[in-house]
Amino acid sequence: MSDSVKLPIFMDNNSTTRCDPRVVEAMIPYFTEKYGNAASRNHSYGWEAEEAVEHAREQVGHLIGSSGKEIIFTSGATESNNLAIKGVASMYKKKGNHIITTAIEHKAVLDTCKRLERDGFEVTYLPVGQFGQVSPSQVAAAITDKTILVSVMAANNEIGTVEPLAAIGAICKERGVLFHTDAVQAVGKIPVDVEAMGIDLLSLTAHKVYGPKGIGALYVRRKNPRVRLDAIQDGGGHERGMRSGTLAVPLIVGLGAACELADKLRETEGQKLLSLRKRLSDAITAELTDVGLNGHPTERLPGNLNLSFAFVEGEAMMMGIKDVAVSSGSACTSASLEPSYVLQAIGVGDELAHSSIRFGLGRFTTEAEIDFVAKQVITAVNHLREMSPLYEMHKQGIDLSTVEWAGH
Amino acid sequence: MAYSDKVLDHYYNPRNVGSFDRADPLVGTGVVGAPECGDVMKLQIRVNPLTGLIEDAKFKTFGCGSAIASSSLATEWLKGKSVDEALDIKNTSIVEELCLPPVKVHCSVLAEDAIKAAIKDYQSKNSGAASVAEHATVGA
Repeated sequence: MSDSVKLPIFMDNNSTTRCDPRVVEAMIPYFTEKYGNAASRNHSYGWEAEEAVEHAREQVGHLIGSSGKEIIFTSGATESNNLAIKGVASMYKKKGNHIITTAIEHKAVLDTCKRLERDGFEVTYLPVGQFGQVSPSQVAAAITDKTILVSVMAANNEIGTVEPLAAIGAICKERGVLFHTDAVQAVGKIPVDVEAMGIDLLSLTAHKVYGPKGIGALYVRRKNPRVRLDAIQDGGGHERGMRSGTLAVPLIVGLGAACELADKLRETEGQKLLSLRKRLSDAITAELTDVGLNGHPTERLPGNLNLSFAFVEGEAMMMGIKDVAVSSGSACTSASLEPSYVLQAIGVGDELAHSSIRFGLGRFTTEAEIDFVAKQVITAVNHLREMSPLYEMHKQGIDLSTVEWAGH
Repeated sequence: MAYSDKVLDHYYNPRNVGSFDRADPLVGTGVVGAPECGDVMKLQIRVNPLTGLIEDAKFKTFGCGSAIASSSLATEWLKGKSVDEALDIKNTSIVEELCLPPVKVHCSVLAEDAIKAAIKDYQSKNSGAASVAEHATVGA
C-alpha cells in the first residue's frame, strides 16, 4: 500500500492547496448550525458567530506574531494587497506619492501599482538578483522624502526565494516609511513575525495553507506606528471601517483553523518537505543532464522546486507527465502567451523560461508520489529531447547562442 | 482546456522523428521559430529525383504539444506529395485535423512556414523547378 499512488498526483501547492480535512470539519457547523451573522448584536446566533470570528482572529494573529485585534478579514490576498496598497496611497497621499516594490511581486501587487501610476503615483520596481532576492541597500537608496510605502513579498510564488524582510523592515522603520509584505506563500511555511521583521501591513490567504478559497486577511499595525487605511469597499463600516461586508463566518473559521494547524506543524512539516524535495531533485539530476535550479539554492520555501530542463519546452513536458499536476514558466502555459516575468527578472533567459517546471510539494505529498513523479519527468524529458532540434544541435557541439534563428 | 486526443497521439506516437543529412542535395531543410519564442521546428523533406515526389519527411520540434503535433502531422501529409502539392498545405487544415484551440493556431502557422522553408531550401539547392533528367544525374 505504501507504494501505491492515487492519480492524478497534485504537486502544485504553490498555486493552491487541498483543504485539510480538519479544517473542513471545523467549518461545517458554521454552515448548518451556527449560521448567524457575526454583526447581529442582539441574539445568540450572532454572538456565537462573533465568538468564532474573534477566535479565528487570534489564531491568525498568533501565526504572524500579532494580536488578533490587528487582523481584518478579506476575500483573499488579492483583496488584501489592493486594500493595503490603495488604502495607504489614498490615506497618505498628502505626505507623498512614491511607492517602492519589486519586479517579481504577484500581479495583485503589480497591477495595483500600475493602477496607482495611472492615478498619478510614482512607483519604483526594484530589480532582483540572479536568485530573486531584492537588495535591502537598493531599497534604502530608492527611498525619497515622498515615499509612503515599501511593498516586498515574503517569498516568491514561482521560484520560492525568501526575501530579506527583517533587513528591509529595519530600513523602513529608520526612514519612517510603511512596510507591507505579501506573505501569501510564506505564512505557515517559514517563520514570519511582524514585530521582529518590522512589518506594518501583511497579506495572507487561506487557500495556500490548506484552508478554503475565498478568504484571506490583512494585518494592519495598531501601534508604533498606528497604520490607517482608506477603505476600498464601503457599506456598514465592518472591520474597524476598513472593510465593509458581512463576515464569511465559516470561511473565517476555516482560515483560523488552517493557521493554527500551520503554526503547530510548520517546523516538522518543513523538515519533511526539505527531505522530499531533495529526494525529487536528486532522483531527477541522477538521470538527466542540463537541469538548472531557478531561485535561491537554500533560502527558498521548503516545498518549492523550480527547474529548467534545457532543450525541452514546459507545456510539452506537462503533457508528457499528464498524471501529475505542476506549473510551468513557459509562455505556452500562460493566458497572455508571455513567458514568466519572474524568470525573466532573474535573468534566466526566455529559452530556459519556456523550459521550466515548478514542483510545489505540500502537506499531503508522499515519498511514493515523489518517486513516481521523478520517473515520469525523466521519461518525458528523454522522450522530448529525442524530438528536440535544440538537443540535437547541442549534441553536435553547436553553441545555440551563436545561431541566427528565423523567428516568426 | 484538456489536450485533444489527436495531439496526445502525436506526442506519444510521433511520426517521423529524426534527421536527414542536410548536405544531401535531395534533402530540403526548413528551420523556423526561435528558442526565445518557445517554438523551434526543423522539418526536412527528401525528394525522389525520378518522380519529383517527396518520398520521406522528418521533423524535430522544441515546443508545446500542439507544436509537436502540427509538425508531426505535416511530415505525414508531405509524404507522397509533389513539391507543388506540398506548398498547398494550409495551416487551417492542420488546425481542423488536430482540433487546435484559437490560442494554439500559431503552432499550425509555424508548421506551414516550416514546410515552405524546407521546400525553398530544396529548390535553391536544385535551382528552382529542375527537370527530372537533371535530377537523375545528381548524386548518382
